[in-house]
Amino acid sequence: MRQKLARVLGGVAIGALVFSGAACKADSGSDAGGSKAACDLKIGFFGPLTGDAAGLGIHMRNGTKLAIDQYNKDNADCKVQIAEYDSQGDPAKAPALAQQAVGDSKVVGIIGPAFSGESEVADPIFDEAGLPIITPSATRPSLSTKNWKIFHRGVGNDTSQGPAAGRYIKNVLKADKVYVVDDQSAYGAGLVDEVKKVIGSVAGEDKIQVKQTNFSAVVTKIQSSGANVLFFGGYYTEAGLLLKQLKGAGWKGTMVAGDGVNDANFIKVAGEQVAEGTILTCPCAPATAAKGSFVTDYKAAFDNAEPGTYADVSYDITKIMLEGIKAGKGTRADLLSFINSYNGTGGATGVTYKFEANGELDPAQVLVWAFKVNAGKVVPDIEIPKA
Amino acid sequence: MNFDELFGNFPALTITGLEQGAIYALIALGYTLVYGVLRLINFAHSEVFMVGTFTAMWTWQALGYDQNAAAPSLGPLILALIAGLVVAMAASALTAVTVELVAYRPLRRRNAPPLAFLITAIGASFVLAESFGIGTRRAPFGQADLIPSKTVFTLFGAEVTNKQLLILGVTLVMMVALDQFVNRSRLGRGIRAVAQDADTAALMGVNKNRVILLVFVLGGLMAGVGALLWDIRFNYTKFNVGFLIGLKAFAAAVLGGIGNLRGALLGGLLLGVVENYASGLFGGEWKDFTGFVLLIVLLMFRPTGLLGESLGRARA
Repeated sequence: MRQKLARVLGGVAIGALVFSGAACKADSGSDAGGSKAACDLKIGFFGPLTGDAAGLGIHMRNGTKLAIDQYNKDNADCKVQIAEYDSQGDPAKAPALAQQAVGDSKVVGIIGPAFSGESEVADPIFDEAGLPIITPSATRPSLSTKNWKIFHRGVGNDTSQGPAAGRYIKNVLKADKVYVVDDQSAYGAGLVDEVKKVIGSVAGEDKIQVKQTNFSAVVTKIQSSGANVLFFGGYYTEAGLLLKQLKGAGWKGTMVAGDGVNDANFIKVAGEQVAEGTILTCPCAPATAAKGSFVTDYKAAFDNAEPGTYADVSYDITKIMLEGIKAGKGTRADLLSFINSYNGTGGATGVTYKFEANGELDPAQVLVWAFKVNAGKVVPDIEIPKA
Repeated sequence: MNFDELFGNFPALTITGLEQGAIYALIALGYTLVYGVLRLINFAHSEVFMVGTFTAMWTWQALGYDQNAAAPSLGPLILALIAGLVVAMAASALTAVTVELVAYRPLRRRNAPPLAFLITAIGASFVLAESFGIGTRRAPFGQADLIPSKTVFTLFGAEVTNKQLLILGVTLVMMVALDQFVNRSRLGRGIRAVAQDADTAALMGVNKNRVILLVFVLGGLMAGVGALLWDIRFNYTKFNVGFLIGLKAFAAAVLGGIGNLRGALLGGLLLGVVENYASGLFGGEWKDFTGFVLLIVLLMFRPTGLLGESLGRARA
């Protein structure tokens, strides 16, 4: 008898607790839709924050951080944290970091991985765990063909960037002799393949290695080929060193390279005089001309730094995830389906984010810009017209 | 295979290969000296070189030459080069001595087995590289091109630049000086005596520890010169810049006969040239591959390297 009474009382107590909890939440909930925001979650940023290509990663991380900080200011009682996974851009370091992200149950989404090489090894791990990702910058086309359910790309890929770079070389630079060099990375080699398809025959081609510093053999080859344009597929450290040695040997041509070189650090490695006139493409619009208050907010938040390549993309795709969290999609599976069905315009880029079944951005939204190094700065040149 | 590329550019590939090989050789000297005396492969030597590249760069920055600076005129240039050289040599030698005093000497005092030295060497290498990596946020650093390349003369169609002549010239001078020092001076005789038989040398009144310290200083000084030449050639450094070049220099030392000073020069130049030929013939992606295949094949036929191990066996 007594036991029964205790149970009844206990049941009432639990019911009261649940009810009062719900009532309390309903009071504080400001969402008109009724579903409450999920709290105490993390969004991961996966990319290089130190190392050879850190310059690219830091701008993306800043974009993500800015979006999260703004969200936290508006939702002070229900904050989202940023979890940083510094891959150093190294595919060998990526799997362990991906496991670490998967193991943290509070991480519901990943912005990144930033590069194609690390994506190839990290994305299968995210896929297995059902952890949704949106990459702001990994542009190798084949990433979307591997049936990863969690994969989304917030920019165009190298089947848009490569041919656009090729068209720029052909139509704007009007180069007749083009030499192509890649760094044998997933990104660099893929980009060069796409460029070659557009320009047809090349004056010559060679491969270098990531972390290589002595380019004397390839410099000799480029010089003797008589090429007036060099297309380089790779990242900025090697690009800066190669160009410096090439110009040091008396080469007068123009280097064209992709988004992996599109960073202020390229000029730091090469020096201003050497870098001058280099053409850098990006399947993105200039971050320095982003819409809304993004540029002023970014500068205010990060020591007056100009937003770099993909900072605006990272900001917008982070906001997609934050919108999902705000709408109560507090699990990885819920957030994934939220992103899959997302259709909205990014505040900074002005791009309408809508993903195809394979995770690619709607092709109508993809645009490619050419940038030029001018007096020590990377400045927008033209939007490269679609073929 | 692309024979046109190789034979069409043969002179140019040779000269740039010799230039690179000269830097390998200067670093190879550090491996060879320490090995000749201690039978120890000092893996931390690659970081001794790395410290030299950074300190030379910082010296130049302090003098106002950052990565965008224009090339100075002759007077300030010589000043900058000498300042960079002195600082790089001093910093590299100091690093080498610190590694010896902190990592190796305590082990020697306890008669540690050779394996313990090997692991300590690798550990010291990591500690140095990583502390610079953390301190510099693993960023790459560009530097001023203090001596812009100018063609001095043309040899069989290959342009020979002032930089290449400087690098080869300095390397040869350093080599001859070191060779003469080891073979003719009193301190050099001490080095050879300890290399031949440390215990007997001690009985004859040679201070073993002082000789070993001297060997590290000499290796560090050579690495410092190599670091300065590297900065002049590539205008670039990074915390892990020593890793690959250290491996190459070590290979060059083995190729020429480890423990043999002249072998280090020969091995370095040979490796630099062969790498360049391979890049021409097979493409850049085969560069490192070919260098090490050459090493393995050569060791099959001459297990002690081209000139044999000789630091201890040189004439007394």
